[in-house]
Amino acid sequence: MKAVITVVGKDTVGVIAKVSTACAELNINVEDVTQSIMQDMFCMIMLVNLSHCTQDMNAVRARFDSIAKEMGMELHITREEVFDAMHHI
Amino acid sequence: MSMINTHDILETIGMITSESLDVRTVTMGISLLDCADPDPKKACEKIYNKITTKAARLVPVVEKIATDYGIPIINKRISVTPIAMLLASAPTADPVEYAKTLDRAAKAVGVNFIGGFGALVHKGFSAGDEQLIASIPEALAQTDIVCSSVNIGSTKTGINMDAVKLMGQVVRKAAEITADNQCMGAAKLVVFCNAPEDNPFMAGAFHGVGEPDCVVHVGVSGPGAVRAALAKLPKDAPLDEVAELVKRTAFKITRMGQLVGNLAAKELGVPFGIVDLSLAPTPAIGDSVANILEEMGLESCGCCGTTAALALLNDAVKKGGVMASNHVGGLSGAFIPVSEDDGMIKAARCGSLTLEKLEAMTAVCSVGIDMVVVPGDTPAEVLSALIADEAAIGMVNSKTTAVRVIPAIGRKAGEELDFGGLLGYAPIMPISTYSPSVLINRGGRIPAPLQALKN
Repeated sequence: MKAVITVVGKDTVGVIAKVSTACAELNINVEDVTQSIMQDMFCMIMLVNLSHCTQDMNAVRARFDSIAKEMGMELHITREEVFDAMHHI
Repeated sequence: MSMINTHDILETIGMITSESLDVRTVTMGISLLDCADPDPKKACEKIYNKITTKAARLVPVVEKIATDYGIPIINKRISVTPIAMLLASAPTADPVEYAKTLDRAAKAVGVNFIGGFGALVHKGFSAGDEQLIASIPEALAQTDIVCSSVNIGSTKTGINMDAVKLMGQVVRKAAEITADNQCMGAAKLVVFCNAPEDNPFMAGAFHGVGEPDCVVHVGVSGPGAVRAALAKLPKDAPLDEVAELVKRTAFKITRMGQLVGNLAAKELGVPFGIVDLSLAPTPAIGDSVANILEEMGLESCGCCGTTAALALLNDAVKKGGVMASNHVGGLSGAFIPVSEDDGMIKAARCGSLTLEKLEAMTAVCSVGIDMVVVPGDTPAEVLSALIADEAAIGMVNSKTTAVRVIPAIGRKAGEELDFGGLLGYAPIMPISTYSPSVLINRGGRIPAPLQALKN
């Protein structure tokens, strides 16, 4: 059960730290991280494994929503299957 | 990043967040054929029990898919067997009680709409049909989330003009008795030619007799995503490239619908029916089919060239969507409702989009004269004639057409009606005031068209 966490917005200090700390607390394993600056926007994509997550998705979303609010950035969690369906034939 | 590249990930997130891509509806079709009973009370009890049992988990399951997968799913709906079929065995029943039962059952399971308070009369009326049709205005006034549809014609049978005459009166009455509520009754009523039996979209959804006992259909959306994709094309790109890009985008949109449909069907333990490939607009800015046509190169939707652009769009959406889905059905195409589409509303307001142009557009796209508001003094015969014109376009072109028109009781051209929510708002559009009364009062049937010697 894998998902992709995307964070987009104005770059601030500690984005990766905050997101990965929350992942660790929820027992979500981070498998891959990539980040880039696109048109002055910071953009981080994290592939995570939710198989051993200790909370249900509502709680996970609430936790990450509060981090996104705190950082003033947009954060989305989307299951890997969505990208597979849309971009692989 | 693993198997998926960064560009694809950001494209999907962008489509969902800033281009209003969503799954518009997961609709459960439920057969009520086994609920027929000569005693109306018993029939209603069976209907209530069957719906609340079959659809008990529909809303929580779909909401969980939305949360788990990060896909917005806007509506949960139910379609049922046309209720006229159940009335056939209960000649003394009051059809309004059946509508109220549907309303209660739908509210109990928490869906947004329930469709199927209707009749199929394309060749003639059988027992129950006329009772049901006569009760539609009252049924829609006394319920909140029940939708009604009547099929009055088909390519194989021709057009039942007695039913057309009746439906003009019914549409007008539905508006009259809900005049204090934006004439809402007429906004929940569709008159079809060639109605599909597996349509997940309202107000025309019903569960056809050829369908399984219970099934799940999905309706996708995404005009905003198509428009955004086209905006990135240079303005001198040839139309082949435009069509190709629409196809690619429609493919991605439909795959998301297919994924949701598979998940919902598996979780609910019912067969997955179809994905309806429609581009369904909303009144939200940018989520508009009219804006797609304008992005292709029209100054304002409704100008000359609109029908050609729409023909390209409608065909490309289907071509892209067909490959993305195991089973395609429903209405599948671009919807052109006026009140539900920000670009159409603006085009109607500025006068570039007229009722006559809309009628031409319906010859090449999904559905028909949809969510169009006409002056309150429009006589029933004129509404019937508008229905007949649309049905003729559908009948001759072997496609579904429909009329969902709202006479704005007590108001004139230039004023507006506001339905709220996804139904939106629209200016009242002028309609020809010359009378088709003699034609409509003839009744009878327009014979089915020839399927050969096509020119």
